[in-house]
Amino acid sequence: MSLISTLARLEAVGTGRAQPATTVRHRHLSQRPLVFVPLTTAGEAGAPLGALVGTDRDAPHLLVVPQPRDRDLRFAFLSELADVVLPYIDSFAEDVEAAERNETDPETGKRVKVEVELCADAPQLIMPSRAGVDFVRLLGRSMRFRRTAEQDPEAPYPAPPRVPLLGRWLTHYAERARVPGSSLLPAMTDLLSRHWATGQSTLEDQHLGALLAWIDPPEGETGAEAALRAELARDRDGQLLCPPAGPATDPAFDNKLLAPAIERYDRARTALAASEDGLEADDRLGDLTAAEREIRALVASRTRPTWDAVWQGLDLLRELPVAGRVEERWTRDRWSFTGHRDRVVAGEPPQPRRDDAVTAANKLAAREREQARLEAQEALDDPLVMAGRRLAGEAFAGEVTDVVMAYSEGKRPSPRPLVTVRTDDRPHLGERAKVFRSLGGKPQSAEFVGHEESLDEDGGALLVLRVLDKMGRGKEPEEGSVPQKGDLVCFTLFEHEQRGGAKLPEPEQTPWTHGGPPGEQESEAADPLTQEDVL
Amino acid sequence: MPLPRTRGTALRHRLAELRGPDVPAKALDARALAALAANPGCKRRAILDGAGVNKAALAGALGSPSAFGQSQFALTRGNAFEAKVKADGGAELLRLVREKLDRGAEPPAHARVPELTATGPEGRTARTALALREATEAPGEWTLLDHPMLALDVAGSPAFLEPDAVVVHPDGSWTVVEIKSFPMLDGSADPAKVGAAARQAAVYVLALEQVAARLESAPRVRERVLLVCPKDFSNLPTASAVDVRKQRAVTARQLDRLTRIEDIADALPAGTCFSPELPAADLTAAVESVPAAYAPECLSACELAFHCRARSLESGAVTSLGRSVRAELGGLTTVEDVLSAARGESGDPDDPAVAALRRAARLRAEALGQEAVAGCR
Repeated sequence: MSLISTLARLEAVGTGRAQPATTVRHRHLSQRPLVFVPLTTAGEAGAPLGALVGTDRDAPHLLVVPQPRDRDLRFAFLSELADVVLPYIDSFAEDVEAAERNETDPETGKRVKVEVELCADAPQLIMPSRAGVDFVRLLGRSMRFRRTAEQDPEAPYPAPPRVPLLGRWLTHYAERARVPGSSLLPAMTDLLSRHWATGQSTLEDQHLGALLAWIDPPEGETGAEAALRAELARDRDGQLLCPPAGPATDPAFDNKLLAPAIERYDRARTALAASEDGLEADDRLGDLTAAEREIRALVASRTRPTWDAVWQGLDLLRELPVAGRVEERWTRDRWSFTGHRDRVVAGEPPQPRRDDAVTAANKLAAREREQARLEAQEALDDPLVMAGRRLAGEAFAGEVTDVVMAYSEGKRPSPRPLVTVRTDDRPHLGERAKVFRSLGGKPQSAEFVGHEESLDEDGGALLVLRVLDKMGRGKEPEEGSVPQKGDLVCFTLFEHEQRGGAKLPEPEQTPWTHGGPPGEQESEAADPLTQEDVL
Repeated sequence: MPLPRTRGTALRHRLAELRGPDVPAKALDARALAALAANPGCKRRAILDGAGVNKAALAGALGSPSAFGQSQFALTRGNAFEAKVKADGGAELLRLVREKLDRGAEPPAHARVPELTATGPEGRTARTALALREATEAPGEWTLLDHPMLALDVAGSPAFLEPDAVVVHPDGSWTVVEIKSFPMLDGSADPAKVGAAARQAAVYVLALEQVAARLESAPRVRERVLLVCPKDFSNLPTASAVDVRKQRAVTARQLDRLTRIEDIADALPAGTCFSPELPAADLTAAVESVPAAYAPECLSACELAFHCRARSLESGAVTSLGRSVRAELGGLTTVEDVLSAARGESGDPDDPAVAALRRAARLRAEALGQEAVAGCR
């Protein structure tokens, strides 16, 4: 945590309310997001217990697995989930715009521009917490290798149609969520804690209820009081008033409410199976339905508060004005969505269990590049974020006190004006260090020449910079391309745009040091199934 | 260095007094061991664990009950998985041990599974030591010890530990086996959970080393333990060898530090007692008489964390926001100190921490007020 965000947290403690950590919103929010609040069964790997999912805050779909150990019921759940999520995803796949992409021509080996489709918008799945994003990854992994009866008539437990497809989409979203600044699958706790500083630790910020309590405390209560209540308050039966955002449930809920309800369900099911005539079966079917309804009510009672909290978080975030470079990052998300859509249409196999060396290296490089891009863009979009960089000596702002025209040496002298900036900041400038400022959205670079004199009486410094580019081709710099005396300017020591690293070889040319070429991609077998299998 | 007998006995008596009359000592369970690693500098936790106080009961009596609990679903599944791993005389388990740790050894065809039941933890510990000796002195065969009991000297009093299993290899060396029910998905598991399992296993390795040191043959305790988990989404066991040398070294050092609880105990007022039977006010005073080092990490490791957090917030300590916060704020330790220094009402402007704080406050106000530097955008 930087000092400036620590200070914001301490101010939040002092005022009893979360303090702004940004002045604008740095993440894209869809007009029509899909909110997904899943619950899982304790101790089982990815055995869902139920979920609320949907795009309408007043009418979520409630999906429940009355006996999470039953494979058929779990498949029914996943199938229902696919019925909600896939039509939502498909609704974005059709609406496309034309775009251009650089590709290597396979015949000539030259870079050429290719006309391609780019989806005009992309589906956005919003999870309550980071654990929810991990659960999406787990669900994706559990589904994408399944075989449907159509794909493999021999499969012992065929998955319902469309379930493997949902697994591939969830896997893609979960992979994309690892890219810094991407907004396809954000966690509400991350979104909120990016934009507000609460008076509690980052660990405690993982609790969605407590986080919201600090940002938007109820009338007459401080954030600290409301957060404590959200975290710990229990009713007379020992149940949390604000259930955890999942997917894990509270052990007290499991032991006191859920376990007895599941037991009743099991008993009713056994009784129904053992009934001897139609009349008896009718009665027992009634018992079974009642038992199932009870579990549905329990799951609804634990997911609804989180569902409402996620929408409340969306409301709060939408009040912030959107930052300038969010749209550009969202376009990258749209490319990611379109790319996966094309792979699915092209009939490519599901994502492998392990990436080959080149794919893995590419993913890591992309994440590093996006991290640097995100940090630069957030600072350029937001004076409060820039303030943190200025405090850290990575940027400085001030007033231009003098401009002296100078020219480069050589046959065709180009303008290299010397600009003196008076700043109170203390940038860590080395000799001939490069600095950048944003000029009409493009970075203009300058070189640090030296300090004009030692610190003046207020602790300010006079820095002399030589402007290097973006001044046009002529001998005289273009209008507005050189700062004038009295201008307020802000230079950064970090670059504004990220260059990609060295190009990696094609997968077929992976060197032996990295395992060699991955070889023919074979379709991966589904997980073997055993009697006690969970998924 | 073992303490002289008389001092050791005196400390044991002192710790029993702290626990309260007729309150049995609580064994160091996995959570206490985790807390040990998470916050070795906390004197409060050190003395309570050293004395074997039941911190969960204590936290309840103080009015800040801990939020730890286990779902019966997780419990059932964990037990079922462990039973499956150990089924059939541990055949599958031994196969995994050989495959992952000792490929040169002969395949385990007939493993010995000695009976370890006895009355009381002392009896079970003795029985385990005997079984280990017998197994080591008759090499050439595999031996599986199912739920052995080990004693580890913690702060002068024995703490009893129960590993899931210990395997004696044909060459006479010993391996700790830890069975967990979190999945190993495509060969990798949640690093936080693996870390916790490794810390726990390291304590068992330490305890086994003490047993080994007492044997004439001084058998080797392997520093690679076997972690057994369900494979992918099934409940078929799969395993991975985990090197616990680092965790072992860290825990050994912390246990050495723990022996200083004698000093902590001596500093307590006479008559201090942590029995949950006492009225809340007395208990609060007793707990307050030992300083704590609360940090948010405690919330996931210590039963008393909510109590300590409330105290930490009351006193306005900045560490309640995280340990890293302290590092940037120099000598300023309370929220009020920091805020007033930032406002320029207190603090020495030549103190680098204060100067940096004021610059931070000025920059923050400037950015939020949207004045100046419009050129930034």
